[in-house]
Order: sequence, then C-alpha cells, then structure tokens
Amino acid sequence: MTRKLPATDVVIVGLGWTGSILALELTGAGLNVVAIERGPWRDTATDFPPAYAQDELRYRIRHDLFLRPEQLTMTFRNNADQTALPIRSWGSFMPPNGVGGGGVHWNAETWRFLPSDFELRTHLVGRYGEKFLPEDMTIQDWGITYDDLEPHYDKFEYLCGTSGKAGNIKGRIQAGGNPFEGARSREYPTPPQKQPYGPTLFAQAAREMGYKPFPQPSGNLSQAYTNPLGVTIGPCTYCGFCEWFGCGNYSKASPQTTILPALIRRPNFEARTQCEVSKINLDKSGKRATGVTYVDTSGNEWEQPADLVLLCAFQLFNVHLLLHSGIGKPYDPRAGEGVIGRNYSYQVTSSVDAFFDDKIFNPFIASGSIGMCIDEFNGDNFDHGPHGFVGGGYMGAVQTNGRPIQTARTPQATPRWGAEWKKAVAKSYLSSYEAVTHGGCYSYRDVYLDLDPTYTDRFGRKLMRLTFDFHENELKMSTYLTDRLAEVVQKMGPRQLDKHPRRGHYDVTVYQTTHTCGGAIMGVEPKTSALNRYLQSWDVPNLFVMGATAFPQNPGYNPTDTVGALAYWAADAIVNHYLKSPGPLVQI
Amino acid sequence: MVAKEIRPNANGIGKLTPGADSAGEGMPGSSRSDAGVRRRELLITTAMTFVFSATSARALVVKGSLPWATNAGTPPTTVHPGPWVYFTPEEGAAIEALVDRLIPPDPQTPGGKDAGCAVFIDRQLAGSYGSAEGLYMHGPFADGTPQQGDQSPLTPAARYRQALAALDKYCRATYSAKSFVQLSDDEKDKVIVGLEKGQVQLEGTSGRTFFEYLLQNTREGFFADPVYGGNRDMVGWKMIGFPGARYDYRDWVERHNERYPLPPVGIAGRPE
Repeated sequence: MTRKLPATDVVIVGLGWTGSILALELTGAGLNVVAIERGPWRDTATDFPPAYAQDELRYRIRHDLFLRPEQLTMTFRNNADQTALPIRSWGSFMPPNGVGGGGVHWNAETWRFLPSDFELRTHLVGRYGEKFLPEDMTIQDWGITYDDLEPHYDKFEYLCGTSGKAGNIKGRIQAGGNPFEGARSREYPTPPQKQPYGPTLFAQAAREMGYKPFPQPSGNLSQAYTNPLGVTIGPCTYCGFCEWFGCGNYSKASPQTTILPALIRRPNFEARTQCEVSKINLDKSGKRATGVTYVDTSGNEWEQPADLVLLCAFQLFNVHLLLHSGIGKPYDPRAGEGVIGRNYSYQVTSSVDAFFDDKIFNPFIASGSIGMCIDEFNGDNFDHGPHGFVGGGYMGAVQTNGRPIQTARTPQATPRWGAEWKKAVAKSYLSSYEAVTHGGCYSYRDVYLDLDPTYTDRFGRKLMRLTFDFHENELKMSTYLTDRLAEVVQKMGPRQLDKHPRRGHYDVTVYQTTHTCGGAIMGVEPKTSALNRYLQSWDVPNLFVMGATAFPQNPGYNPTDTVGALAYWAADAIVNHYLKSPGPLVQI
Repeated sequence: MVAKEIRPNANGIGKLTPGADSAGEGMPGSSRSDAGVRRRELLITTAMTFVFSATSARALVVKGSLPWATNAGTPPTTVHPGPWVYFTPEEGAAIEALVDRLIPPDPQTPGGKDAGCAVFIDRQLAGSYGSAEGLYMHGPFADGTPQQGDQSPLTPAARYRQALAALDKYCRATYSAKSFVQLSDDEKDKVIVGLEKGQVQLEGTSGRTFFEYLLQNTREGFFADPVYGGNRDMVGWKMIGFPGARYDYRDWVERHNERYPLPPVGIAGRPE
C-alpha cells in the first residue's frame, strides 16, 4: 500500500551536485524543498576521515562508496545483434550513491566546454560540409551557447573555489592559461595547484614543440577558500586519494564541502536518505507530474506530491526513471524516432606509458586534477580536413595518484607475474610516467538506452539496457591523439615508450571514466530532444532533468563543470521565469 | 513491492545489520552506515525529525543540522595471522605455493607467501568479497562476450574452492599423484602458465578465469594496506617506494627528481 505524504513545493530526486544546487537556489527563492536520496548520508568525519580514507583496497578496489549493483544495475551489449547481459560488478564506469553523489569521489577536474562544442553540428557542417560527418552520426546543437552558460560556469567555479589560470578573460588571451578556452568574465577563484616533476617536464617538452601548456583546472584547492555561502574549503595536501575516494581533508569541492553545511540550516529544506524513487507520477493528462513514489529501507512505499519535480539522479538513472515513468517517447533506433534513450555517449581515453632510467617522479604526490595539459587537439581547435574524423580531446601529464594495486606498471612485453614482473615493478614504480588523452565521444543512431526484456531489479522493474560500441571516427581520433601525445612524451627522454590508443570494442569491465552522457538530451525541438534549452521536459513542463543526461554528445573534457553550470542555468530559469508563470518555457 | 536490504558497505566494513536500528526502540532508525548504538546517539544529538509513523519507516530525515556524531566512523578491522578462516589446510597450502610463484621471494623482498598474500586472500574470501555481497547475482546466467564481463553464478569463495579442487586433481593426474605444493618450481610455473593461457583445463571451471582472480587478489594482498593481512611489514610498499597512507606532501610537490625520504605508514601506523 502506498501512503501519501503532505504535498511540498519541490521534490528533488537525488542529492548530488545538481540536487544540492537546485535545492539551494529554490529554498533561496522561498520554496519548500524535499530531496529524496537513494543512498546514505555521507560526510567527511564519518565516511572518509583522514585516519583511514587512504585505503586503496576498500575504496578503489572494493568500491565502498558506490552504488551496489545488487540494488540497481543495467545490462550491456556492444550492438543490437547481441543479447545484453547484466553488469554484475562495476568496471568501465562507477555509478555513485549517497548524499553528494559523484561529487564525493570525483577527481575534481573542472573544465569548461569550448564555445563550438555547444553548436557542434552547425559548426562542423559549416566548416567541413555535411558529407564530412559519418552518415549515422547523430550529433546536434545544444540549444544554448557558451555565452548563455558563462555566468553559470562562473557561479559554479566560485562555489567550488576552482584553482586554475585563465587563458581568456573577456576576449584577452592570458599568458600561462588555455588560449583555446571561451572567454571568461574573470580569473579563477584560486591560483593553480603546484606541479610535480612529471607535469613540469611535460610542459617544458610541449613548450619546446610550440604548444601552449597550462595547469589543469582543479577542484582540489591550491589554498584555503571561503565561498559565497560562507563555507570554507581547506588546501589540498597532494595525498593522491581523490577519484574513488572521499577527501578526508575538506580540500576537494563537493556538495559536502561547498553547499550542504549552508543548505541544511534552511528551515524549508529537508533530505530523506536511503529512500529510492521508483516512479515519477503523472496526472490523467500525462502532461503534469504530481510528485514521486519512493520506497524506504523497510520496503514501505510512499507518495510525495509536489508542484515541481526535479530529476537530479546520476545520468543513467535519470533515463531509467523516465523510461519507467512513461515520460517522453522511448527511442527506436530502427525508425530513428523517439527521444528517451537517444544519443547516449561516453568518453574515449587513451594513454602513453614512459619508462625512464634517471628520473624519480614520486607518483604518489598527487591530486586528482593537477597536471599540465595542452588543448591544441581538442574539439575543433585544429583542422580535421586531412584526418578524416571529427572531435578531439585534451592531453597531458595528469598526476592523479600512485596507488600501487591500480598503477604498478611495467613496460610492454613484461610477464604479468613471477620474478621478472616483480623486478620490473620495483624498477618502474618511481621512474615511469603515464600521460593521458581525454577525448570526446560523439553520438550515433545505433547507440542508445532502453529497457531490458529479461533482467529485473529488486523491485521487479526492468533493468535499463545499454547498447554501445566505439565507432570508427572515435577510434581514429584516439590513434591520432595518442600519437601527438607520444611525440611530446618522447621529448621528455624515456628509455621506452608504450602507446595505448583506444582500440577494439568497448569493454564494460575495464575502467575508463564515469562520464556517461545523454539519453534525455536538451535541444531545440521535441522531435530530437527530450528537454528544451532550460532542461525542462517538453512533455511534462513541471519536470526538469539535470546532469550529463542532457548532453547531446560528449566533448573532450570532463563533464562536471558543465553539469554544475547547467544546474545553475536551469535554476535561474525556474526562479526568474517558471515560477512567475508555470508552464513551458519554450513554445513549440 | 518488497525491497531487500542493501548494505551501504560491501566489503564487510561498518555493515548495517538488518533490523538492528529499530529493534525494541519503537521509533524509526536512521539508515547511516554506522553501528546501531551510534545511530541512536545521532538521533539524540542532532535536530532530526521524523515524519513517518513510529513503526513503519527506517528512512532518515535530515533537517536543521548535519547528522554528525563523534566516533561515528567505520574504520576497518585489523586482520591477524593465525589459522585459516575460509581455506582448508590443503587449500591454504596450495594458495601459499601459488602466490609464492606469482610473486617469488628474492634477496631484497619476500615473496607472496611471506608477504601474507595467502592470509589476505583467505580473509577476503571469508568476508563480504568472498560472498559477492552487493553484486548483481540474479539469473538467468549466460555466457557472454569478454566485453560483457564475468557472468558466472559462482561467488569468489565458491570459485576458489572449485578451482583448487580441480587444480589438485589436474596436478595429481599429470605429475604422478603429486599435489601442486609438491611440484618443483619449474613444474609449478608450467602449470600457472597453462592456466594463464587457457591450456590447462580445470574440471568444471575455467582455469583462465581462476588465474585472473588469483593474480588480481595476490597483487591486492601484496600492495593493500597491511591492516587486511597482506603486505606484511609493508614489504610491497618498501619494494617500490610507496609511502602508504601518508596524508600531506605539500612540502614535497616541488622537490623534483628527489627520492622521498620517509618510510611508509599504514592506516594502523608503522610496524617498528
């Protein structure tokens, strides 16, 4: 039996970055907000204090902070001719769980997308012509521009205290920053983090080759910072336990270190944890959400009525909830019609391992987002005409960690065990270096999300099915990027250099990134997008869907800065436009 | 709808005991990953209110202040050497022999056996890892492509038991009734290479999959924090120069190309 609770103004599904930002902005506008979170409350002192946060086995290998596949997973196949099978243990990506969401255990790489990324199809067709794009590539414009989003990027970065060096302030190129970035309204809130040996050598080599290296923008702060909410973040201590870990030092920007201490004091905010939303409810017209139904840890089902529903779960689960709630037309790849599940995309990463005889890199002195990068080969920053592919990525020496179970690397052709392996690990740990490329992944007609016909979750709901493989365009891109990276690394003077471009089929067992994107994308018309430019559902105007779910395709950067900026952008539209006249913010 | 309890931590640390936080209290408990006692402290010391009726929900409502209490963390429990917890004596001896070939001793650094890798694996298999806690273990089970990942209905603990029995059978059939432990180092290596390359067929289970589990778990035992029973005296960390669970390198970031001078520390401190 479902019990009905008193109505609230706003119900938020998921209390991660976007849920926290929306809760902050809407409680600020005087609304009563209830956030419903599937996982537990998490905080530094209780879940990852510095006394034992630096535990590679517990957090990295055994996935302590993540969603349990037992609670909810999805099925996977490379193409529609295969039978999808459940992801029984996480591998390629790590769905978050609990208050703070992915903001707890990200690396805190805080990049803006390029202006051309937001108008991608228009830009590429304009420069290269329609025929240059693969026939089955379904990239499209976002419906917003970089300039629309700039104030909101700024707001998110000043919430986080992001450490970096601007490359472009109001159109003026700044020495030492990324000259390819869109114009910023001002400098980063805090200066860049310090750079260890590897990134310093990389930057030197890149400079000699005529590139313009710059420090990676970091949400692990170079110095203490008090944000506009009055919450103070501490300086990063370079411990090297960022991604997969909660920061024990209050140095990594997360909802816990930037928003929640202020938000929780507001009398019109309330969070319910370990309550899993199973459905968004609609009225008889199917055009208005009446609230959500959720299940608590005892299996009791509750209905929370609300005037406004904000879907702020992780990208994959936003799509899952839309499919289960019957909101929007499910995507049909054969007809190329429908929008829920359409334009799923990912990230295409690669690496170069370099082995030296005379260098000590101390890889354990690290932060998830220090490093020196170049952006000459990202997006459309270079002429793709001669290369036969589109897209790109940033690359560089990004020293995220030296945790040995994960990173003890050996030169190619070394046996994987035995005396030779042991000797190679002992020799290589301090004196080898891994540089990386972080490439985009564009969308295709045959890559999508839908409901699985066979496998179910603990409530008996169908699991979501992921159909995804890399396409030739992205594999060509990865080879090209990896070759360019290797040229720079070669200049650092290694004894041996091993290139690892992305090759073959997408493998769901091998960690790559947690940058899953799309499935309910934003756009200019309801035929090809689930959301309008304000992240408002075309079909159900009192429903907004946050997160990378809205990305029509994935550029060559980490998504969180854009996810945060889009949340502020949507919050601004809700507070300043929607609340004054509830209804569609874009007329069709 | 019936929801099954999902434990917030799958590795046996800070488990939430089902039902523990509402037993006898007549009030809803929180769903934090703490012990029940601490959960009650939370209820008293923070400004949380509950909208649900007394006997129904265990869902936590957080309102007014952060749900924080002293000593509410969930540190790991230290593993102590001693008798096998999961393995039989024969299985334990076989694992010791295997890990000592995967990571053989040399004059500078002990091998897998003396580093505690077998003890580590034993304790991991006896705990939540061994029982596949938190993983999706519902059928139907079908063989997939390598890209779809392990689809076996076996838990890691069951996989080791089955594979070790089959390995024993293989060795006795191939090497005149000798067990793996009794083989020469060269013979042991030949068997391991055979497992790795899929040339040694184990009855009822995949030798190659077992090898991948064993290699991964052995490396974990060699490099994980010593609190879990492996990496004894931090031999794995000392071998490569990893300072362990240290937490502040601010003074060392810009000291380029210099060896970090301090010895490793673990979560529970240093051996000396």
